[in-house]
Amino acid sequence: MPKIKLGHKSPRIDMTPMVDLFTLLLTFFILTATFRPQESATVDTPFSVSEKPMMDANVMTVLIAKDNKIYFNVDNGPDTILKFRPKILAEMGKRYNIEFTEDELRLFEKTGTSVGVPIQDMKKYLASRDSDEKIALEKGIPIDSADNQLALWILFARQVNPAVQTMIKGDADVPFPVVREVLDILQDKNVNRFNLITSLRVVEVTEEITE
Amino acid sequence: MADIQVEEKSKGGKKKPKKGDARVDMTPMVDLMSLLITFFMLTAAFSKPKVMEIVLPEKIKKDEKVEPPKIAESRTLNIILGPEDVVYWYPGKADPDVTVLQETDFSPTGIRQVLLERNRALFRKIDQFEKDVISGKIDIRQDSLRSAISQLKKDDDTGPIVLIKAYKTSKYKNFVDIIDEMSIVGIARYTFTDIDWIEEKLVVDAINRAAPVASGSVQ
Repeated sequence: MPKIKLGHKSPRIDMTPMVDLFTLLLTFFILTATFRPQESATVDTPFSVSEKPMMDANVMTVLIAKDNKIYFNVDNGPDTILKFRPKILAEMGKRYNIEFTEDELRLFEKTGTSVGVPIQDMKKYLASRDSDEKIALEKGIPIDSADNQLALWILFARQVNPAVQTMIKGDADVPFPVVREVLDILQDKNVNRFNLITSLRVVEVTEEITE
Repeated sequence: MADIQVEEKSKGGKKKPKKGDARVDMTPMVDLMSLLITFFMLTAAFSKPKVMEIVLPEKIKKDEKVEPPKIAESRTLNIILGPEDVVYWYPGKADPDVTVLQETDFSPTGIRQVLLERNRALFRKIDQFEKDVISGKIDIRQDSLRSAISQLKKDDDTGPIVLIKAYKTSKYKNFVDIIDEMSIVGIARYTFTDIDWIEEKLVVDAINRAAPVASGSVQ
């Protein structure tokens, strides 16, 4: 008697709806992902238990890198209509008698990274195409009392955007006196509320240990 | 379903050219997509850094004749951030002859216990409050929880007043760690002050005291 042969077909699942859904999700996540440009300085932030997420807009960041160089960044997030960055640079230029052209201001607006260049080198920095050349120019923003450019950056950032909040992003191994100096400069400009950028760490405290 | 139909037709004697199975194997595509989705989801969720807010007391300008606020000596706890993740602390006022710095560290059994010991009453109150909220005994909106806790802290008048000072070789990490400890144990009042020469001398003494012991243990 001939046996009924069952087709050796593996059961197939129709994956089309799954693929549809995945494509949709993928598109969503790609579009919502915000790509931050690579920071010019590497900073390993210290850990803390704070769970407050960083604000997106109206932020100015003072970056203190491993080698104690100071960087400054104004980040008004997706809101580029107000054009804070070129305005602040123009003000800085006015103070130091440096005339920045329209193109230079636009270029500065587009660079999303923090800058650690003395204002005197800013033109050269904006003109340079090569990243090695840029790194060589990044000597850090001067903070000594003879030429305190960080104080001016802070002053103009606050003048142009009064709602700006201060962030401090310091490397874990930076000696404290350097941070103290930055805090002093900020306090001289009447900024008494700071947000220290940290990475999250979870700590459980129970009183039982003590008893 | 289309597959089954094809199978049936081939059975029925007639020699029809077999219909090409117009299916594409989508498994690799699905694999790749799930991988990408996972990647984008994770980067979206974890890319955001956290911030820790601190408020420093306003600087007293040189020309202003404002006395710094006086605080009770018995409630004062001085913390000095030392080199190499060491924390020194002493209660009350610094006296070069009497004061001996206590040495501890940032581990859970270190400075946290010292602070907890002194802040037990307030810590218990905050802890109990949070437990009541979680268990539903107290009905409070999420956004007013924070202000309720800060009100608890404001009303506190027995806990320590912590003065944090940093020795010149301390690291920024220590600074963040100590503010962290303040929020972990719920210290109501703390501030940063500059280290004075008496304390600097005490730290140097403490380092010197520790050094011979360390070299002795090596031998």
